Amino acid sequence: MNGVHDLGGRHGMGHIEAPPAEPVFHEDWERRVFAMHILLSGAGYANVDEFRHAIERMPAADYLQTTYYEHWLYAIESGCLQGRLLSETEVLTGKRDPGAPPPSRSAFPAKHVEAMVFGGGTYRKKIGQPPRFEPGMRIRARNIHPTGHTRLPLYVRGRVGHIVQHHGSFIFPDSNAHGRGHDPQHMYGVAFTAEALWGESAPNPRDTIRLDLWEPYIELAEG
Amino acid sequence: MAHDDHSHGAPDPHERLTSRVKAIESLLVEKGLLDPAAMAKMIDMYESRIGPRNGAKAVARAWTDADYRHRLLSDATAALAELGFTGMQGEEVIVVENTPDVHNLIVCTLCSCYPWPTLGLPPNWYKSPAYRSRAVIDPRGVLREFGVEVPDSTEVRVWDSNSELRYMVLPQRPNGAEGLSEAELAELVTRDSMIGVGFPAPVSGQGASS
Repeated sequence: MNGVHDLGGRHGMGHIEAPPAEPVFHEDWERRVFAMHILLSGAGYANVDEFRHAIERMPAADYLQTTYYEHWLYAIESGCLQGRLLSETEVLTGKRDPGAPPPSRSAFPAKHVEAMVFGGGTYRKKIGQPPRFEPGMRIRARNIHPTGHTRLPLYVRGRVGHIVQHHGSFIFPDSNAHGRGHDPQHMYGVAFTAEALWGESAPNPRDTIRLDLWEPYIELAEG
Repeated sequence: MAHDDHSHGAPDPHERLTSRVKAIESLLVEKGLLDPAAMAKMIDMYESRIGPRNGAKAVARAWTDADYRHRLLSDATAALAELGFTGMQGEEVIVVENTPDVHNLIVCTLCSCYPWPTLGLPPNWYKSPAYRSRAVIDPRGVLREFGVEVPDSTEVRVWDSNSELRYMVLPQRPNGAEGLSEAELAELVTRDSMIGVGFPAPVSGQGASS
């Protein structure tokens, strides 16, 4: 979706405040939101693409006015509702609702935390068909505007770049966020010149921007 | 999501967040969906055990061991696993090398993807709309604000981490570091130098490297 989360290239987003040092968490509630999300995901309530898409669906003004972990909290609350972990009354009141459905999953256990943290989960999935593109090919990022989740940023759509590397095949976020399975697709490292993206506003003609683009995001560039 | 329980005057936003989080956490615990011991363990992992000192060790190893450097640049996932740096948000990692010709900068314009096993959780500025919007269109301006001047003859290469691959920078070794041990070198490696918005600390008695 062309949401406000898709920030690359926007102006007017303020000054970068970068203190020399900051704590890992600034508030205790941030710690708890962080751990809650990871553990609920570990218990299988939402995959990473569903989680990101929940954040993207925040009202735009709220997204910009709230912090990172408030985005996570919003996604946890909406994920709990969708996954029926909590009823709407429970999320809104913070109190147990006798009419809520019984829990359908069990908690992620403490004894498996280290294995999850150090193991992670792979997003690489095998696919039958061979890759359509190879390194060196000129490609255009398709000018598409999906209304659901996508990892094709607005600022590259319609722009011409070239394939640097074939990474293999990976879960396709546009499908995985919407209950359409892993739908793995070939993925490529793609380079765009700053000039291809920003025209004469490009600060230096040498500069490049690199992204990873899944096959459905790209087409061969003419010429 | 709005709560309708603040009819007794508007509480401080942090208090409101604290109570909203506490409410949902206790409900999930009560319903058997969340294990408090797992919460404590998860927080401890990222507050005390996983952070940019991990990445610094890998960088220092690459600075002192040419074979390791080669492995880190050709298959970072495996090379980092040799040091035990694996897992969530770093399942597959690509390490990109700064040279006199290329200066690398890491961003995630769509959310805040970051290599957790080597750098820990990202600082607030990395997650800010200001950094995420500007890093791709005005990388040299952003770098200047961080005190990093990149010569016109050097390519600034921006990596927008939009997939599940995670990127990390191998900074150039500072001048005058030849005699230092791997542990001493690791002390010079800053978090910012592995994102690309900074340089390693200079060796005492030497000027800053570029």
